[in-house]
Amino acid sequence: MKRRWTLYDPRLAWLLVAPVLLLLIFFLVLPIAVMAAYTFFTFVTAGVETSALTTANWHEFLTDSYYAGFLLKTLRVGAITALLCGVLGYFPAYFIWGTTFKHKWLLLLLLIVPFWISFTIRTFSWINILGEQGVINVALLKMGIISEPLPMLYNEGAVILGMLHFLLPYMILNVYVSLEGIDRTLISAARSMGCTSAQAFREVTLPLSLPGLAAGLLLCFVLAAGSYVTPQLLGSGRDALFGNLIYDTIMGELNWPMGATLSIVLFLVLGSFAAIYTRFMGMSQIVKGLGG
Amino acid sequence: MKLSNGKRLERLHDRYQNGDLSRRTFLTLTAAAAAAAGLDMPWMRQALAAVEEVRFDGWGGTVQDAIDKYAFKPYTAKTKIKVVQGTFGDEDEIITKIKTAKPGDYQVIHSSGVNYYIKYVNGGLTSEINEANIPNMANVLQPMIDPFRKLTPKLSAVPYDYGTTGIAYNTKVISPEEAKEKGAALLLDKKYAGKVGGYSDMTTRVWYAALATGQDPNNLKDMDAIWAKVRETRDLAKKFWSSGAELMDLLSKGEIVVTDAWSGRVAALQDQGHPIGYLDPAGSYAWMEDMLILKGSPMAECEELINFMLDPATAIAVAEGQSYPPSLDPTKVKLTEKIEKLPAFDKTGTMKSLTFADPVYWATNEDAWTKQWNRISKGA
Repeated sequence: MKRRWTLYDPRLAWLLVAPVLLLLIFFLVLPIAVMAAYTFFTFVTAGVETSALTTANWHEFLTDSYYAGFLLKTLRVGAITALLCGVLGYFPAYFIWGTTFKHKWLLLLLLIVPFWISFTIRTFSWINILGEQGVINVALLKMGIISEPLPMLYNEGAVILGMLHFLLPYMILNVYVSLEGIDRTLISAARSMGCTSAQAFREVTLPLSLPGLAAGLLLCFVLAAGSYVTPQLLGSGRDALFGNLIYDTIMGELNWPMGATLSIVLFLVLGSFAAIYTRFMGMSQIVKGLGG
Repeated sequence: MKLSNGKRLERLHDRYQNGDLSRRTFLTLTAAAAAAAGLDMPWMRQALAAVEEVRFDGWGGTVQDAIDKYAFKPYTAKTKIKVVQGTFGDEDEIITKIKTAKPGDYQVIHSSGVNYYIKYVNGGLTSEINEANIPNMANVLQPMIDPFRKLTPKLSAVPYDYGTTGIAYNTKVISPEEAKEKGAALLLDKKYAGKVGGYSDMTTRVWYAALATGQDPNNLKDMDAIWAKVRETRDLAKKFWSSGAELMDLLSKGEIVVTDAWSGRVAALQDQGHPIGYLDPAGSYAWMEDMLILKGSPMAECEELINFMLDPATAIAVAEGQSYPPSLDPTKVKLTEKIEKLPAFDKTGTMKSLTFADPVYWATNEDAWTKQWNRISKGA
């Protein structure tokens, strides 16, 4: 006898989840698996590789300190960017949450407006701001504050600034969503029990908004560490990150097996970091921060 | 242009008369064409639909603007075949895309000469051109065709233009006299530390290091000295540019005052009134570019396009627009005064005044040197 369908039938659950699962398999798992397989292919010459299996690419990665150095540098720059995003992003989020401005949606819209412009163009715009003939240098020179243009472009500072510009909205939105989830009567209760505004913030608002901050930090860190356009445009060769290394290996050296190895390494490192982070922060907290 | 059956038969006839086809093959193909025409069905017409567009990928910027204006637009007006265009900043980038695409997705590439030709050949990406379909090839400089033919007797590319990577400098900061006196050594002048630029490309970096160390770029003996010089330039450089647009931006905005640069892009800057000087030091890096037809392309239409591009009137207009001399032999075709004044122009048609990279020598070392350059460029 055929089993009848029920409301909470596991078959129905599988059926509903199947499209997403298939999408994940085809567009995430399968490409990563292909990349993983490529790491064992043999590089012959630029643009030519064979499927003869070898561990040479992994051996090179594990024995050449050049790659490890780049990885550490990338993690450092990613961490600095994420922390700066956290510090700089919290205040606008807090302001938007706390304001009594009638059209709060307008402030949120302003956060999203930069996304209407191409990321590359937004990054390029910094050249006109930080360059030798950029707005800042020209203004300072005309005011007589400096006699030589300040070297603000093509260094690590410019790269971090470019990434801050790109990532801050993500941080602000995460923190804002988390703040919106706070029951405001808790703050009123803290105040009525004698807390000053600062104490209420420290004891109630900040701890309760941490999930959003934590989610924002993770998101900003992963995006910054995986970035390659910003270092390419705003940095010098020395400011390249691991993403640039992958780009150069695949697009410049046309060495796909090694490029695939480096890609898988970055994926594993950032994936492991995200896994450990969520393990300690608690996945539910992160999801709460992301989803409100 | 739609290649009608009539046109195809006409071409077949031409090939027969030129001796490319035997009488038997000609008659067989003609009979097959006649049978096909007789059995023509509506669905077959669709299946055999004529090519309506050709895909072209080039370097963008002023170079591609000139090709588009003086070659593609008139070609489309004449033939009704649209030229769909894409751009790339670095040819390795387009090779990667071609590798991941289906044959025929990419068709004609404005490629960087023999050095890159080898990569397409090694990757199995080349086609075989029927030179009879490109009669204007008769005007192309033989010294430019020979290196390609050495690699593949049946060509997949036709040389189209050439130029040099010389030294560009800001005349407000560096006088022409100083530039002439120092030549390639300007890139290593500590006086301009932080204001030096350069093409982010292994061949260019190694080439200029060879000139700085007094070595023959096509027979390097001391690679340690080369890499030491490459590092020296890196430490003085503000930015290594990776596209013509970026080069023009850096020079015009004064971010850099001296760099190795593509002659045509500098000529474009000069035309725009920027205070930029240019000189080709002894042994300056000369290169040629070609129109390469990839495997899987509609050959007849691509050949027709290249033939149109090589028509003297078209090639001259493009050359003037992009500021690079054409591949036309000046002893066979009367070129304009403007072209004769372009940097790198060789009026003898022998190309002996220019130093090109030996493709086999450079291809042999390409992988190792590119890897080393990528590391040095990132501070290693």
